[in-house]
Amino acid sequence: MTFNGWFQIALFSAAVVLLVKPFGGYMTRVFSGERTILSPVFGPVERLFYRLSGVDERRDQSWIGYAVSMLLFSLVGFVLLYVLQRFQALLPFNPAGQSAVEEGLAFNTAMSFDTNTNWQSYVPETTMSYLVQMAGFTVHNFVSAATGIALAVALIRGFARRSAKGIGNFWVDLTRCTLYVLLPVSVVVGLFFVWQGMPQNLSAYTEATTLEGAKQVIAQGPVASQEVIKMLGTNGGGFFNANSSHPFENPSAITNFVQMVLIFSIGAALTNVFGRMVGDQRQGWAVFAVMGMLFLGGVAIAYWAEAAGNPILAHLGAVGGNMEGKEVRFGIVNSALFATVTTDASCGAVNSMHDSFTPLGGLVPLFNIQLGEIIFGGVGSGLYGMLLFAIISVFVAGLMVGRTPEYLGKKIEAREVKMAMLAILILPLSILGFTAIATVVDAGLAGPANQGPHGFSEILYAYTSGTGNNGSAFAGISANTLFYNTTLALAMFIGRFLMVVPVIAIAGSLAAKKIVPASAGTFPTDGPLFAGLVVGVILIVGGLTFFPALALGPLVEHVAMGAGTLF
Amino acid sequence: MLKELRPAIVMMVLFTVLTGLAYPLAMTGLAQLAFPRQAKGSLIEKDGKVIGSELIGQNFEKPGYFHGRPSATTDVDPKDPTKTVPAPYNAANSGGSNAGPTSKALAERVQGDIEKLRAENPNAPIPIDLVTTSASGLDPDISPEAALFQVPRVARERGLPEQRLRELVANQTEGRFLGVIGEPRVNVLRLNMALDALVGR
Repeated sequence: MTFNGWFQIALFSAAVVLLVKPFGGYMTRVFSGERTILSPVFGPVERLFYRLSGVDERRDQSWIGYAVSMLLFSLVGFVLLYVLQRFQALLPFNPAGQSAVEEGLAFNTAMSFDTNTNWQSYVPETTMSYLVQMAGFTVHNFVSAATGIALAVALIRGFARRSAKGIGNFWVDLTRCTLYVLLPVSVVVGLFFVWQGMPQNLSAYTEATTLEGAKQVIAQGPVASQEVIKMLGTNGGGFFNANSSHPFENPSAITNFVQMVLIFSIGAALTNVFGRMVGDQRQGWAVFAVMGMLFLGGVAIAYWAEAAGNPILAHLGAVGGNMEGKEVRFGIVNSALFATVTTDASCGAVNSMHDSFTPLGGLVPLFNIQLGEIIFGGVGSGLYGMLLFAIISVFVAGLMVGRTPEYLGKKIEAREVKMAMLAILILPLSILGFTAIATVVDAGLAGPANQGPHGFSEILYAYTSGTGNNGSAFAGISANTLFYNTTLALAMFIGRFLMVVPVIAIAGSLAAKKIVPASAGTFPTDGPLFAGLVVGVILIVGGLTFFPALALGPLVEHVAMGAGTLF
Repeated sequence: MLKELRPAIVMMVLFTVLTGLAYPLAMTGLAQLAFPRQAKGSLIEKDGKVIGSELIGQNFEKPGYFHGRPSATTDVDPKDPTKTVPAPYNAANSGGSNAGPTSKALAERVQGDIEKLRAENPNAPIPIDLVTTSASGLDPDISPEAALFQVPRVARERGLPEQRLRELVANQTEGRFLGVIGEPRVNVLRLNMALDALVGR
């Protein structure tokens, strides 16, 4: 660890903090239906979208209506993406001549992008046409992100409104989010990325003759336009197999810095949207503080572990931290930081191979996802996941003093706590359940590339990433098989939709409640005591649930590495 | 339900047209106008022929060139399409080794590389990046230490004084952005092109 390393982490943190208020203020205006600076440009497009699709933008939806719209939209997107992959060979923008994607893989990939996971069982540059990357993946990068944000805003409205029947209109939230937030940032930052070296073309792959006279085929494509929304929307699906470690997807330390800020930007700013909409920005900052503490804890452990390096290689005589699966231009600190950021959020882009991290360095991304990706989190999903923990925390606090818990003036009753617990329990059920199955059936055991405890970690990481809708991997695992494609698609489905339906239900039931005026007995939820309590609840719930599995994987491997055991 | 299905279908189609066609195609047009070199992949041409991209590492094996990092990329086995064979710096199939920290295969490969490097330069410590594979398999850079480590070998092969090569490496070293962000690095392709220019071929 070096001073410069910590300074880079501090610089990144400062950039995120500085974005929270202005971006939060802007998004609040967008989701309150107010005019924004971009209304002259996108207002006509917005109204055209509503007219063509028959949406009445003034109509509020009940929580059931909101949920149905969201689910149908996701269903249509899923079918369209599946069909597009199956027919890519007959369609334009396919200079590399990619053939139709096989059924199981197309199913897995369609689910993956539909759920904002972007798990990749395929090698993009040898599998997908430019058309699928653009009209398939890029589209889902926009709309699955906008869907997540819409859901978070709906939950915020649940807290902010009183005695209300509706929680907003899904179609309006989806459209305004895409037009006023995601698209403009993508255009500006995307061009910046091209300037910094990211390709943006529709050409065939380039054939080069290297300095030594060998032939090198260089994959090309419309990279920048997909890269920017992949980060901003916390999608994470790489244009290339190596994802953001590929020099075309992340040419320099500057693009890397911007990519990391993009991942956190919306998740962090949504805490401010939350604060503004419930009428007290300190409530938002309290949530932000919880996220910030958990982030710093994770990055400190990951940076320390990776900088300390692999004692087995040190013993052989190599000098330096763990550089296996890392790029020189990012080095140890930016690789550890990126790995923490991408799993705090449900992004899943990688600029280094998590599979080759030291055991404890690799444990950080794994545990981050298992906590529910609530540390800034996936766009939208991070905030609603964190608010579920806030609900559980006030419930726990209420139990301790024997009072009916309240949060932001809303009584938290049996229904909300049940729904929150349901949403939180889905995660371990799917992660641990599928992992258990995969470690006993032959089709599952065929997957891991590494032997010993690390092989188990690869399986555990796969279902953790799938269920958490993250998309990063301990990528040695051979996941493009019928068994993994199917079970991972199921895990992604469970992790997304079985979680969001309870969330929308909570939004609906909260919106219908009256506001109880604060009294001397009200537990203040904008201070350090509350923030500390939430951190404690998160770590205890996550720790108790996943410690046994982590002990079998990374923890035992750490001990083995110290003893110099090889597998 | 059917009433709800219409917006779902129409919205999906509209967003596909807007964000899946209009947006990437417009970006392609703008990028080609404003930054044509980068948009085409930062290709380097010599005598009218493309010799590579300055961002993409390429495989150097000759002792008279500086070498990049080991690469774990593979290609389809020409004899059996269901299998793969090692193909370092395959820029049409990026990826890392994904070897875990307790992998025997990793330790054995690193040990082999270290023995080779010790033989060519017994005096210097071995920089870790020179014996570990990169994440993409296409890392265009090595650390300045890794470049300096190779100076004795290249100097011998090229018949140049080591001091001139150390200066060359220093000239080709890129520092951190604003002195803070990223890591110091040397682009191997550009270093080798500068080396060729130095000896006049």
